[in-house]
Amino acid sequence: MHMADALVVPAVAGAMYVASTAAAGYSIKKVRLENEPKKIPAMGVMGAFVFAAQMINFTIPGTGSSGHICGGMLLTAMLGPWAGFLTMTGILLIQCLMFADGGLLALGCNIWNMAFYGCFIGGLLIWRPMMKSGATKRKITCASIAACVLTLQMGAFSVTLETLASGITELPFPAFVAVMQPIHLAIGLAEGAVTAAVLCFVHEARPEMLWRLEAEKEGKCSARRTLAVLTAAAAILAGVVSLGASALPDGLEWSMERVAGTAELAASGGAHETAERIQSATALLPDYAFSFSDSALGTTVSGLLGGAVVILLCVAVCWAIRFFRGEKRQS
Amino acid sequence: MTGPGRAIREIHSLEDLAERGTFLCRIHPLAKVLVTIWYLILVMSFGKYDIEGLWGMSIYPVILMILGDISAGEAIRRMRPILLMVCLVGLANPLFDRELLGTFGGMKITSGMLSMVTLFFKTVFAVAAAYILMATTTMEQICYALRKLHVPQILVTVLLLIYRYLVMMLKEADRIMQAYRLRAPGERGIRKDAWGPLAGQMLLRSMDRAQAVYESMTLRGFRGEFFLRGRFVPPRRSAFYGIGWAAILAVFRFLPVFRIVGSVFIS
Repeated sequence: MHMADALVVPAVAGAMYVASTAAAGYSIKKVRLENEPKKIPAMGVMGAFVFAAQMINFTIPGTGSSGHICGGMLLTAMLGPWAGFLTMTGILLIQCLMFADGGLLALGCNIWNMAFYGCFIGGLLIWRPMMKSGATKRKITCASIAACVLTLQMGAFSVTLETLASGITELPFPAFVAVMQPIHLAIGLAEGAVTAAVLCFVHEARPEMLWRLEAEKEGKCSARRTLAVLTAAAAILAGVVSLGASALPDGLEWSMERVAGTAELAASGGAHETAERIQSATALLPDYAFSFSDSALGTTVSGLLGGAVVILLCVAVCWAIRFFRGEKRQS
Repeated sequence: MTGPGRAIREIHSLEDLAERGTFLCRIHPLAKVLVTIWYLILVMSFGKYDIEGLWGMSIYPVILMILGDISAGEAIRRMRPILLMVCLVGLANPLFDRELLGTFGGMKITSGMLSMVTLFFKTVFAVAAAYILMATTTMEQICYALRKLHVPQILVTVLLLIYRYLVMMLKEADRIMQAYRLRAPGERGIRKDAWGPLAGQMLLRSMDRAQAVYESMTLRGFRGEFFLRGRFVPPRRSAFYGIGWAAILAVFRFLPVFRIVGSVFIS
């Protein structure tokens, strides 16, 4: 579910960065209020654990395939949603930098799709209410599977919305959703089962290590209120993202429209005419023209050829610099 | 995601690259992080049919890979998983966007084809930029740059701790997988009965280790502050690198440099 940079435009990426930063800011505030210095190294080690555990494949019964844990729900159950969210943010940043798993520009989207839903929706709306009256194996299993399935479905739906808002794919919305949701339903079930198995083991061996639900009872937000706030936030965000990314001109067109009142400027004058004469004189293939030279594709070919020349020139200069640098070192 | 053994090798190879002490490695990390972000914003701001403009942005990875002795093959190898996902999304474009733009060598070129190729190149450039950053900057330096950008201390500390314990955890995961494979040859993944005990034991050990780590850190005076010792080039050179690249990239983004050069050859 890691989104690449190419799947989002800067407007959508920026909006998602703002949303994720707000969630991270609130989480930092909550972790500071908890005032548990021991939690910080625990977050680091748990982050590394989840990262490593994502590379252990578990056999999915009856399918012949294998899957791995996602980690959001596991981190929430062990560290709480706020610390879990920050830890998941760290994991996603390292994955994008070290393993090209998700893009740096799309990091805001990935944090929202994986950490926000996994930690806040899974932790606050499923895990906490279900564990309120005490934890049992059955409750842990139900909560884990329900949280993983629901949060993955929400994450996958967000991926669809963000990609469509960016105008990257021509795939119709219903078709895109029909592709994304069922795949993530199966993945969610598998992840939920593995997460449940791990949490059940922890509950049996060291129950005190699971997120201390008693300490959270004085929480000011009820589940219903949180759900209402999250729904409203999601609706507003979706509206803003879709509006912001609809049919905006690119940066240059926008600037030119502001300055000159038009997106295209006509060039005339002596300098242009001189340049034209020089160009016609120096053109290597003066009589050569594509049948579509006036079209966008024609100018594109011209640009591509020019680019190839510039890049070759750059490569040659860089190699020359390297060569002379090597000679200098040897001497 | 790759297996634990492969992940460890990738981390070590990136660390080795970043610690070579070349000119690029000694540029201040803040300048490199800001240039990378600027580059990504510019690359992603191109329209979906603007392959010609996008082509101009290839200048950044090409120059830095050559000057920084960074393997392009390794960068391409790292792109494979993400390219697969992008291609799956992009493949829909030629099917649904069939507006004819022209013909090239007898082949019809549609706008959907252009947008698919643009998407592909955007991915290649973005991954290459991130790879160049990591091949010239250590994670400690990136954390230092993040602190300079006023990213909250708690987040940076967690990031650094995850990275520091990552190799240790990956080795443990690798050992577990290897031991399991030896006990159950030919089995695909870890069977259901062992899910909880196997990963759960690893998790409990991790939490105990976190406790020990915290105690040793506080005994050594850890108060959550972050320090970095590094041999960087003088700040003026780093600033020149950052401003220079920002200006060059802006020129390639907002002026049709390649078209101007190309028009000399095709009239």
